[in-house]
Amino acid sequence: MYIVIGGGGQVGYYLAKGLLEQGHEVLLLEKDSRRVRQLSEELGAAVTQGDACEARTLEDVGTERAGLVIAVTGEDEDNLVICQLAKARFKVRRTVARVNNPRNDELFKRLGIDVTVSPTRTILHMIEAEIPHHTLVPLMTLTQAGLRLVEVTVPDDSPAAQKTLKELNLPISVNLALVVRGTENITPSGDTLILPEDRIFALVTVDGEAALRQTLLPEMV
Amino acid sequence: MKVVILGCGRVGARLARLLLNADHEVTMIDQNGESFRRLGSDFPREATVLGDGTDEDVLKRAGIEEADVFVAVTNGDNRNILAAQVAQHLFQVPRVMCRIYDPIRQETYNTMGLESICPTIVGAKLFHDALLNPVTRSSSVMHSLAQGRSVPMTPMDHTASRQP
Repeated sequence: MYIVIGGGGQVGYYLAKGLLEQGHEVLLLEKDSRRVRQLSEELGAAVTQGDACEARTLEDVGTERAGLVIAVTGEDEDNLVICQLAKARFKVRRTVARVNNPRNDELFKRLGIDVTVSPTRTILHMIEAEIPHHTLVPLMTLTQAGLRLVEVTVPDDSPAAQKTLKELNLPISVNLALVVRGTENITPSGDTLILPEDRIFALVTVDGEAALRQTLLPEMV
Repeated sequence: MKVVILGCGRVGARLARLLLNADHEVTMIDQNGESFRRLGSDFPREATVLGDGTDEDVLKRAGIEEADVFVAVTNGDNRNILAAQVAQHLFQVPRVMCRIYDPIRQETYNTMGLESICPTIVGAKLFHDALLNPVTRSSSVMHSLAQGRSVPMTPMDHTASRQP
């Protein structure tokens, strides 16, 4: 597949390298000519000097035949424009934008960007997962389905401890996938009893996430 | 009319003064507090907001939720495009305009329903008309305005050309 990447920073460089190794045809656009010289040493002809926000540049590199355009500059507004130009002007089917400000995540999707990647949010989630406190850890987002896979460890003071799932009566927006107790994997049913230290994996909507939190976690003081 | 203007540069500040003189309510946003000096000392301080105009909270502080018009005239095309779309899609501001210097970018966003002015096209056209089209020149309101005049010029001297 022909892939155009806008922005030759660290992310752009390693991305281009990886995609080339996978056998894709890659073109990396970078504004700064000094940086282009550096990148060319490593990536050769796959690097071109030019501003990916300029429609003319995108045209020159044959963006209309690209199957994917990825914008990974350090500026959200530039990434937005690269993807929107690719879609509106060159009819590129799939666009991916790096979003530096996590608040732009939702906005970019509303503005037609297919996939947004937020390094800030990812780092926050990873750190959250390493901190041993009683919270919902988001493991994965299924964007199209509007669902998230989350993990919760049932705390000792959970209002749900020693109750069956039937008693808890979780709403339909919470889909419990698995209960892990020590080394045992339990497929949840109505009679499954929830115990402290159980690790619960669930597919939830936004509403479901709040409901799950409320059911399993003690109220924050 | 309540107007929020992002970017207190020369164009933003001038537009603010014009609107204010016509009794409209204007709020300015800029990342650089110094820029507000362009508005003059009599411009109400509370009508200026310091911050990143693509940020929802900053826009809310500027009263975008009640605004009838949002205008983005920072120096960056892409910044203007992002802010304008935030105003359009998140805050449903009835009229949103922005400045886009790059003609091709402007054309693209035009087709996507974003109203914009391209100073490159307007400027080039004014120069072109003034140089090559004397009739338009003498009657062009745009040209008079571009020269800081509010009335059309008197009929011009058609012999105006460089003498050897």
